[in-house]
Formats: sequence, C-alpha cells, structure tokens
Amino acid sequence: MQRYSFLSLCRHALGQHRGWAPVWRTRPLRDRYSAIIVGAGGHGLAAAYHLAKDHGITDVAVLEAGWLGGGNVARNTVTIRSNYMRDESIPFYVKSVAMYEALTRDLNFNLMHSRRTMIDVLQTWGMVRDRRRRRLIMDIYGSTYRDIDVAELRRRIPALTGGGPGSRLPILGAAVHTDAAVNRHDAVAWGYARAADAMGVEIHQQTPVRTLLRGADGAIAGVETARGPVRAPVVALAVSGHTTTLTETVGLRLPLRTINLTAFVSEPVKPVVDVVVNCPDLGVYLSQSDKGELVIGGATDLGQSFRRDIKQSVFEDTVAAMLELFPAFRRLKLMRQWGGHLDMAHDASPIVSATDIAGLIVSAGWWGGYKAIPAGGAGLAHLIATGRPDALTAPFGLNRFRHLDYVIETGTTTAR
Amino acid sequence: MLVLDCPFCGPRNESEFAYGGPALAPRPADPSAVSDADWVDWLTVPPNPMGEVEERWWHLRGCGAWLTVRRHTVTHAVTEVRLGR
Amino acid sequence: MGGNGWRLAEGGRIDRSRPLRFRFDGRDHVGFHGDTLASALLANGVRLSARSFKYHRPRGIMGAGVEEPATLVHLAGELASGNRPATTLRLSDGLEAWPVNAWPSARLDIGAVNQMIARLIPAGFYYKTFKWPDWHLYEPAIRRAAGLAPAPATPPDGAWEARHAHADILIAGAGPAGLMAALVAGRAGARVILADEGIEAGGSLLTRRLSIAGAPALDWVTAAVAELAALPNVMHLQDAAVWACREHNLVMVEERAPSRPAILGRSWRVRAGRVITATGAIERLMVFEGNDQPGVMLASAAQAYVNRWAVRPGRRAVVFTNNDSAYAAAADLARAGVEVAAIVDSRDPVPEHARAASAGLPVLAGHVVRSTQGGRALRAVTVAPLAGGGARRIDCDLLAVSGGWSPAVHLYSQSRAPIAWDDRLAAFLPAGPAGPVAAAGAADGALELGVALADGAAKARAALADLGFAPPDAALPEAEDLPYGITPLWTVPGAGAKAFLDIQNDVTVADIELALREGYSSIEHVKRYTTGGMGLDQGKTGNVNIIGAVAERLGKTPGEVGVTTFRPPWTPVEFGAIAGRRSGPVVLPYRHTPLTDWHMDQGAVIYEAGARWRRPGYYPRLGEAFQDTVNREARTVREGVGIYDGAPLGKYEIKGRDAARFLDWIYTNVFSSLTVGNGRYGLMLTDDGLILDDGVSFRLAEDRFVMSTSTGNADAVGQHMEKLLQIERPDWQVMITNVTSQWANATICGPKARAVLQAMGTDIDMSPAAFPFMSVRDGRVAGLPARVARVSFTGELSFEVNVRPRDLPALWAAAMTAGAPFGITPIGSEANHVLRVEKGFLSLGHEVDGTADPHDLGMSWVMAAAKPDFIGKRSVDLRRASGRPRRELVGFRPLDPDRQVPEGAPLTPGGRTEATEGFVTACVWSVVEGRWLGLALLQDGRARIGTRAHVRLPGGVIEVELCPPVFHDPKGERLRS
Repeated sequence: MQRYSFLSLCRHALGQHRGWAPVWRTRPLRDRYSAIIVGAGGHGLAAAYHLAKDHGITDVAVLEAGWLGGGNVARNTVTIRSNYMRDESIPFYVKSVAMYEALTRDLNFNLMHSRRTMIDVLQTWGMVRDRRRRRLIMDIYGSTYRDIDVAELRRRIPALTGGGPGSRLPILGAAVHTDAAVNRHDAVAWGYARAADAMGVEIHQQTPVRTLLRGADGAIAGVETARGPVRAPVVALAVSGHTTTLTETVGLRLPLRTINLTAFVSEPVKPVVDVVVNCPDLGVYLSQSDKGELVIGGATDLGQSFRRDIKQSVFEDTVAAMLELFPAFRRLKLMRQWGGHLDMAHDASPIVSATDIAGLIVSAGWWGGYKAIPAGGAGLAHLIATGRPDALTAPFGLNRFRHLDYVIETGTTTAR
Repeated sequence: MLVLDCPFCGPRNESEFAYGGPALAPRPADPSAVSDADWVDWLTVPPNPMGEVEERWWHLRGCGAWLTVRRHTVTHAVTEVRLGR
Repeated sequence: MGGNGWRLAEGGRIDRSRPLRFRFDGRDHVGFHGDTLASALLANGVRLSARSFKYHRPRGIMGAGVEEPATLVHLAGELASGNRPATTLRLSDGLEAWPVNAWPSARLDIGAVNQMIARLIPAGFYYKTFKWPDWHLYEPAIRRAAGLAPAPATPPDGAWEARHAHADILIAGAGPAGLMAALVAGRAGARVILADEGIEAGGSLLTRRLSIAGAPALDWVTAAVAELAALPNVMHLQDAAVWACREHNLVMVEERAPSRPAILGRSWRVRAGRVITATGAIERLMVFEGNDQPGVMLASAAQAYVNRWAVRPGRRAVVFTNNDSAYAAAADLARAGVEVAAIVDSRDPVPEHARAASAGLPVLAGHVVRSTQGGRALRAVTVAPLAGGGARRIDCDLLAVSGGWSPAVHLYSQSRAPIAWDDRLAAFLPAGPAGPVAAAGAADGALELGVALADGAAKARAALADLGFAPPDAALPEAEDLPYGITPLWTVPGAGAKAFLDIQNDVTVADIELALREGYSSIEHVKRYTTGGMGLDQGKTGNVNIIGAVAERLGKTPGEVGVTTFRPPWTPVEFGAIAGRRSGPVVLPYRHTPLTDWHMDQGAVIYEAGARWRRPGYYPRLGEAFQDTVNREARTVREGVGIYDGAPLGKYEIKGRDAARFLDWIYTNVFSSLTVGNGRYGLMLTDDGLILDDGVSFRLAEDRFVMSTSTGNADAVGQHMEKLLQIERPDWQVMITNVTSQWANATICGPKARAVLQAMGTDIDMSPAAFPFMSVRDGRVAGLPARVARVSFTGELSFEVNVRPRDLPALWAAAMTAGAPFGITPIGSEANHVLRVEKGFLSLGHEVDGTADPHDLGMSWVMAAAKPDFIGKRSVDLRRASGRPRRELVGFRPLDPDRQVPEGAPLTPGGRTEATEGFVTACVWSVVEGRWLGLALLQDGRARIGTRAHVRLPGGVIEVELCPPVFHDPKGERLRS
C-alpha cells in the first residue's frame, strides 16, 4: 500500500502526481471464496478489513451492486457519538468512537476526524431528566456528558439566538457530549477499501446480488450475482435497507422494515458553528462541515420507503425546527436535500447475528449506523471468522426476539 | 406530503392522517393457541417489499376512520385506499 | 459608466432614464433599471469580479442566469444575503455587493497565494496529508479558508408567507415552450399555474434575436403574456422559481418579489394534476487551459448581454464552439459592434447553415483554443488545429465559448422520471414513459424554436387529454431558428491543471485524471473525490463536461458513465422561505386549560408537560426556595387540603353494546364485572407486552364508560383503541369519543377535602358510605353541573370535580373561597410527584420506561389470570418464560437521610463501575418521613427488600436501604376515608 504523507505528496507533486497507485484493484470475479460480504458500504468494508487484519482471512469477496461507499455511508450526517442509555449499547458505541479516533493512522488515510463535541440543547424538563439518566450511566463506561448553563451555551454557540425566556420553548440548559466527533464519510469507505484491498480482499463493484443460494443441506452455499454464481460457505449481508430483499430470496423473514431519513446542506459559509448542535425537543441537529456547509438532519418518516428521499412535509418540519433556535438562518439557503433508506428492527436496535440458515449472517437495523462502523465491522468480522459474536455485539443477536427481549433505547430518536 | 383518497372524505393531504404502521395479518383469534415462533413472527415481522405494501392510516383530523392503504415503497403511488382492514 | 463604450447607445430591455447607483467590491458604479448586477458590472467595464474557491484565481462573469458559476456576491445592508450569483440579482438603487471568498477585495486578494502551491493541493490532497500529529492541528485553518460568504448574523426584517394552491397543470418555465403549453392548456379551460424564475417572461427569446409568425419573437411573448393574463383560469407567477417536484406532484415554487410590502417572499405549495417542466437548457463551457480567465464567457451569455442588456462584454471577441448555436451568438456580437476576430470550431466541416448565420465572419474549422493569455483580463488566445500543428495567437478581450447544450432535466428527474444519454444531441434527455410529469421544449431536447413550440403544445395536449379536457384546435405559430448540431469535444488536447471542468469548485482535467488514475472511476467517486459538481451551482455548467471527460478517458460513452442523482432544490432557496410563517407556537402548538392564565397570575412556574400541555410546576411565594415551595404544597395535601388543575388528564367515553367487552380486551384486568357508578384502575399494554398507559375507568351505565388516561399518552391511547376496534373488531358495537376537552376538572385532595366540597355546596351525598372510594356521582357543586369522581393520585381523600371547561374558573374560584378557612392551596406537578412517590403510585416515563411489565411493578394482581386473552398477555407470558432476571420495583431510603439521589442514577453491584443492575426512577424529599427516599427498578428487587443496594455516581457511591415501594398509608385507609 502506497504510503500517504506530506512528504509523499511533495514527492509526487514533482512528478505531476502521475505516480499515485490505484487505491483498490479491479480483479476477475472468481467462482468461490472463503467468505462473501454483500455490500461495500461502511459496515461491509470495515468487516472485510477486520477479517483480514484481525483474523488473517483474506479469501474474501465484497460484492457491491453499485459503487463502493455508495450506500448510507455516502449519505449520512457523520455524527459520531456514544450517548446511549442501555448497558447493551453504551460500551459498543464507546468502543466504536474510540476506534474511529485511531482510524486515520490505522488506515493511513486522513478521515479528517474532528472531535468537535456535541451539545444537546434541552428545552423540556423531561429531556433534562433523560440526559441526566444517560450522563450517569454513560459515566460507568467512560462516555461523557457535561451539563452547562444557558449562558455558557450561548457563549459556545453565538449563532444560537432563539429559545430565549419569552420564546415558545425556552432553553433550560444544555449537555455537552465531549466524545462526539464528525469526520469525512467518503474517506471512511475509501480508507477501509484501500486497506482491505491491500491485504488481499477483493472488492467487486457493479456486481449486484440477485438471490442467495442454499445447498442441499439447507445451509448457505453462495450468491447468484448479475455476473454469475459465486460460492462461499459464509455469506454476510451488510446491505442496510435491502436486507430483507435478499433474505426473502431464501424465505428468511426478519423483523426489519425499510424507512427513510432526511439530511440537507446549506450553502457554504464561513465558520459559524463549531460543534454538533442537537435539539432533541425540536427534532433537529446540525453541524458545519469543513467545506462550510451546514449539515442538517432531523425527523424520520416511519412509513416504509425505498425512495432515498424524504417527504416534503417532514423536511419542512425540520427546517422550521432549526429556525426556532437559529432565526438568523432564515437568510441562509438550502443547497441540497436528500434521503437515505435504512432498515429498522422491531425494537429499533441493530442486528448483528447469525440466522436460522447456517452460514448466513446479517448486519442490519443500523439507523445511525455510521458511528457504529468500526465496532460493527469488527464484530461482524468476528462473527464471520468464528461463528460467534464478540462481547460487544452479543446483545444484538436475532435470538433476542425469540422471547421479545427488546433492547429499547427510548429517547434516542434524535441525532442518530 | 402524500395525497390519500379517503373513502369518506375524498382526496386529502397526508397531514390530516396519522400513520399506523404496516398492515399485519389479522390478530390471532386465540393467541395462546399460536406457537411462540408464530406469535413472534406475527408481531415483529412485517412485509417489507420493494413494491406495493399495505399499511394502516388513521384519518385523525378528518372522519376518524382507520384505512388500509396500498402504496408503492419506491414510487409512493397509492393504488388502493379502503376502509378498515 | 457611459463614456467607456461598453453600453450600447440603444436597444436592450433596460430603461436608460432610470439610473441606479450601486457599490461593488468597494467601488461605486451606476447602472440602469432592468440591469442585473452582472450586466451593470460589465457595462462599467468590471472584468475581474470574483476569486475562485480553492486557488483564488481571478474570475469574471461567465454566464447570464442561474448557471453562473464564477461571480458570487454577498449583499450588505437590509438585503444581507450571501452566495448570490451576480447574474440573477436585479439591480436596485443603493445595492451594495461584495465578492465572496476574496479579501480585502477581488482585485487584491490575499488568498491568491494558494495559486503558488496549486501543485501541492490537487484533488483529494487532504486525504493524504494533515494526519501528523493530528488533523485538529490543521482543521481550524482549513475551516477558515473554506466556506464562501459569511453566515447571516441577524434574522431578516419581515417574513415569508406560504400559500397553497391546486392546479390541473403546473408549467415550470415561461420560455417559448412553457408559454405555448400555457396558452394551449389555458384556452382549454384547465386551471393552469405558470411559474418562471426570470424577472420577465420569455426565457431564451429575451436574449436571442428570433422571429415568430413573421414578427420579433418578443412581440409574441408580449401577446402570449397578455392573453394568459386575461384568462381567469391561469395564474402566472414571474420571478418565481420552481425548485422542487416532490411526491404526488407537490411542486414547490418560491416567488421572490411578491408585490406586498413586508413580505420578503412567498412560498407556494402547488398540488398539480400534471406538471410540465419547460425549464430550458444550460450551455456548457469548453475545456482548455485557462478557460476560467476573466473575459471567457458562455457564448449564450455574451449574446444575452448585447441583446437583452445592450452591453458589449468585449471589444474584440473570439468565439470557440463545437456546435451550431454559437454562430448566432457571433452574429449578434458583430451586429452590436464587437469585432469578431474568429469563430474557432472544433468541427470540420462546419455546416453551411452555421456559416450562413454568421455570414462574413472568419471561421477556423477544425481548430481549437489551446490556452488563454492575460492575468486579470483576457488579452489573447492561442489557437491551433485540433489535429495538431502550428499554433497562432489571436488578440481578444472576450472569448465566447459553447460546449453544447444540456437540457435542464433537473426538475423532471427530481420527480424520479428516468433520463438517458442521447448521442445526437450529446446530452441527457428525459426518457420516461408518459406520466404525471413531462418535459417540454429545450428541457426535452427541443433545441430549435419551432420544435420547442410544438413540443410545448403537444405536452399540454397530452396533459389535457389525461385530465379529461378537450384540447383546443390551434395552429402553431411559424418560427425559424438555426438548426442545432454538435460534435462533442469534451476536452481540448493539452487540457490539464488549468483547464477547469467545475469553475466554482476549481476542479480541473488534471484532477479528474488523478482520480481515475487512483481508481476512483465511478462517476460518483470522481465527483466526491474532486468535489466536481458539488458547489452552489450543483454543477449546472460543469457536470456533463465532467461525465464527458471521464467517458473519454475510460473509453465509454457518457451514458455508460451515468449521471449523478438530481436532488432538490433546482436553485438555492432561503430556509425562511421554506418555513414560511411557521415559528413559535405554529411550529410547536401548545394546549392550555381554562386556568392557565390564573396559574401564571399566581406566579406559577409553568412546565411543558406531556402532549404539549402547559401546566403549573409549582407556585413559589416571594423569597421561597424551590424545595420549600414543594414541601409546603405537599404538606398541605397530607395535612390539610390542596387543589390542582386536572384539565389536561386524557378522557374518553366508551359507549355501546360491546363497551365492557372491549375494555376487558384492551385492559389487563376485568371491567365487565364493574357495577354502574363505580370505577377501577386499569393497565393497558400493547401487544408487545409493554405498558402503554394506566388510568381509572368508571362505569356510567351498562353500555357506557368514561376512561381517564395519563396526560402525555392520551392521543396514543386514542389511536391504539380506535385501531384495535376498527381493524381487529369492526363488528363490535363500540363508540369511542375523546372528551378531554369536554370535561375540565379541579381535583381537591387532602384530609379536609370533603369539608371544602361541603362548604362549596353540593347536592351529592358526600358521606363515605354513600360516596365511597372509586365511585362517581353526577350532581351540582357550587351550583355548577358536575361529575365528581373519588379517585386519588396523591394517596389522600380526593375528589375530582369535572365540569364544563367554561365553568372551571367559577368552580376554582368557589373552591378557593370556600377552602380559604381550611387553608386550601394550589399545588403543582412537583408536589404531585412527591405525593405519588410517597404512595408508590406509578408514573409513566419514570417507573414505566418501556421495559417494565406489570409483574415487575408488583402489579401481578392486575393481570387477570382468568381472561383467556387481552392485548399484551401473550407477549408478557412469552417474555417471562425465558426466565431471564427482571428488574422489579422497590422503594429505597438513602442511609444518609439528607442525601438526595439524582433521578435516573444507576444502581450497580456494590456501587462498582460495572454493568448496572437497575436505576433510580424517582427520588423526593418526603414530607411524611422528613427525609429523601425514592423508587427504583432493581434486578430481583423484591427478593432483596431489607438489604442494601448501591447507587453509583461519578463522584462516589450512595448506599441505600431497600424497602417496599410504598412509604405512606400502605393499607390505603386515607384515600378510602
């Protein structure tokens, strides 16, 4: 793998940058691998990387219907945080956040990982209670929330001029999640792909999987792609909203449904907000990218949809909510609006799990799965390599539904 | 903002309705007679097609009827709205 | 201005009698009414008007409309707003504009130093460096350098308004095709909305010299606009951009300058039966070294400046094209007195009709512009045969370029209709089957006037037929236009590090080549790696050139390379316009009771309670500390009498033959055995076996119950009940009516409550025998018709007096007067919380946090074992069958009675830093025990009563003693008294 550094950049500048090698290779698709990962998104690529790095398994094909990094990893709002409420969830996300912080070095690829903290703006006593409960349990796992008062909040975010004493929902306080970070989503996908490729994993783009294949014993045997059948004793699905589309081809039913989340960006402006601002009572959160655009996300449309779009009404609600706290942004302009589709499990927590079909593994139900990519990828790799979940992903098995032992993160429906 | 054609009220904006989730099969008449696995399946596994799905909507700010709507999950095209189940 | 010769003496759609003063980049200028900022700048000889985003290269004005990629300005003063293309800004008197991304000015820009390190910062350079020691070291500087205009600092004066409209046919664009479509549809009687983003209607006809029906095309435009204005079924919005085409034909229109004072803009949400996108086409740049210099301009823009604004954008021009349309532009430049030194055409041969259109102008067929000379202004271009060979220099100060036309398929594509590559036009064209959204005119690839008019008419006819209108017979007007032909040349040989594909984001051919060399070969990878097409213009001039350049290098067709997704908005829209009037209570409506004003007058601190009710939290007296207030209010109820406003409590009437059966089904316990006049506490689950709500229901008659719900869940309970009834039991005769707003109540509670009611005067027999706990009586209280229920949420004797909402203030006043001798005191939700914790009553959102079931809460008695089925039973049983340990409700007392435990705090084994075994659901200062105490959900808690447990806090451990979850009157004698 070509080493990236300031020195190498200078060296290549002398050669008009003609010496840079491809970040990943295109190789012929073979008909058999030790493992197949369907989906070259964040989770699929991270799993491929960890299979090679942690388990020495490189006879792996990552099959991608479109272009690598083109799913939700290309569409999300890059908020990385660990402010959860349950013992099952917090340690997993704490680990994931920590892995992200080391990832630029691990991958030798600048993810522009910026620990810019998240500030929750609290406008109801119910939300104050909720954040206090989180703060106290998160502390056990080393994740931090710090309470600040309104004056401190306004000092940290001068553009936040709404929510004053006379307003509809006056701000009562704020909580600073100092672990929160943002980074560059494309770089995450590319960095993992480059590193996995360098260790021998094959990434096949433009290779849509049509159906899963089962052997005579009922176990998974491989996949049928648009380029022909590919066999493997283990197949892992990391295809977000399309999980059930694939599992239905072998009659496997899963407690998932596909929904859409919205995001939009403003015109690029000079620095105005340097933290992630989350307003759970209003249902909107935003941060400013290094390019100067405000990246804004909010409400979910719970109706099933594969449209990668959000309805106008849901989008408008988010805009109106943002302007409650940032009235000056009325003059700011919307530049681009889009949606991503993802699958949500019945209890709204992720699924990293073996299934009733031997050899078939799913990693699904990630809403807000971007922050989970490093730990989720490592967990998926562990499951592929050993057949058993690691400690952090064990709570997220499908078997929890057998007795309806839901993992319910009540109140985590903002700033996913 | 979809338009749903309520059988009572005619075409109305989605904002008059509350989404009521995917249409599940009828609730088992005697849940205790259903196996654990079948109960869990009925309760937690909705159809999730890239295509037409049936879902419930409540005309909350209209006539109050619960409706079953057949809607395409890619195009949003609504091909049927009927009363009740 | 004036004497410099840039402005033509006559012609153009400007009013020379109305001069307008304006200031740009710190200098004063004068333009005319009808000018845009861009045309006025050109008329004042301003050529260097911007700096580029990354390299801070000098830039000028390159376009004439929304496609402008180079000159973005921010406005100062009242109109403050950033990143506005100078080409779309209508000039006004006193306008002050500054170029974005340049300091101190575009002329003397410090950031231009970036040009010196350009070679070090190719596409994606940041992925490779700035890693050591840490990105945080570099990020602040990068952030300061990025962004364009400053963010707006203050809210604007004035507001946007929103309007809703319905149309049979909405037409986006009032160019030739749009006007033609509007005429056809309007004459047929259909409700038509025609919206166009230009300052005036006409589209391309405003900038070209064409004729329709033998007269100047603008005469036809004038007549068409007049005819449409006379049709009552047609609404014509000008200066109104159609920016999104959403689900179910919801079309968003931003009207920028409605003729009403104090309205900054008007946002239209139009629901249209059919949509016709007649949005025109966008000209592309040619791609060669130095194609971004001030003085390089789209040929159509140069043509627009001479024709529409009577401005010469240069004195001596070279035209560089790969298609026919630039010949008309060349002819118009020559007619306006611009010397056209050469038309450089990469094609050979050049079609005769093209040569004829610019008769007499020198044509260099098979030639290309290789590079430009000059720094801040163009001085010359280097021209050479495409096939290679001797280059020559041609002096010029204007280079008009045309790389062909891209139909503006954005809006059409937003509707999810497909587009496909067309080799003949070298463009992506609408390719969907006939549907609710159709493209017309240039947006549909009809790039010649006559065809565009015919296409507009045809699309209108098709829409009319779909909608059941009889399309009128009308002959199309005759129109002549230059035929359009193109042989694409995506990049000129030799184009490299200074040949720009995306002007706004400074993406060059070398960047694209680097991306491809590194394996970023999907068009989405190229775009993301280089940031091409991701600027404010969203690649309007650049995207197709990028696709073409990639295709050329990969040996594919542009169709195979594919196009990136079109997303709203078509042009940037202010967030204020999107939100319209929605702010404050319009965003978050609230509910208030008939007494909210009274509470506030008493100085109550108002809380936002569940379901957006505003309720008093507590009523502090002057100088009283929070805890003292809560203690005083709680003590009043325990020792005397208190009163609270219970109006927000959810209430439903359940009526009909099957009402009792229905309650038996939706509650865990039995209601059919309840006798008339009596009530029962019930717990309601979802079929997931999770607690949805609790409350008391009274039987008013055999077939009639009134149910109370928690305040926050009232709406969810209503939805739950109606869904079950209508979907699962449609044959049951039950009528559910939400009567929350029909019955308001004041709840009078405490040992002296009965005495207060009697003092108020009532015809109800208040004796404990005649009116026992959990019963309901109708009668009169204080002369008002009332329904009194004996329920208690505080553990004391308690009467919930329900009256008509309009009677509540009178009832309240009567209670306060009659209760005064007994020391009646209003209490808020804080005191209520203390009282219910002391009594061990549940609170949704505290003990019921989405995981506990009734058994966990010690309420196995409420799970009627005899009933074969009720909602939630199967799942509760199934969940408990797993044998997993459960968290059960317990009470606790901190060993240190003065130690408050934060609500929500976790309990861990021994207080160690490890996985939790429970958490504190509530902790209050108890007025009956004079100490802190609380409730918790704790693993195997009931079995551990009498032992100690440990609350783990960041600063230490609090040891607590576990006890049953009731601290006051465990036998319930007081509430039954």
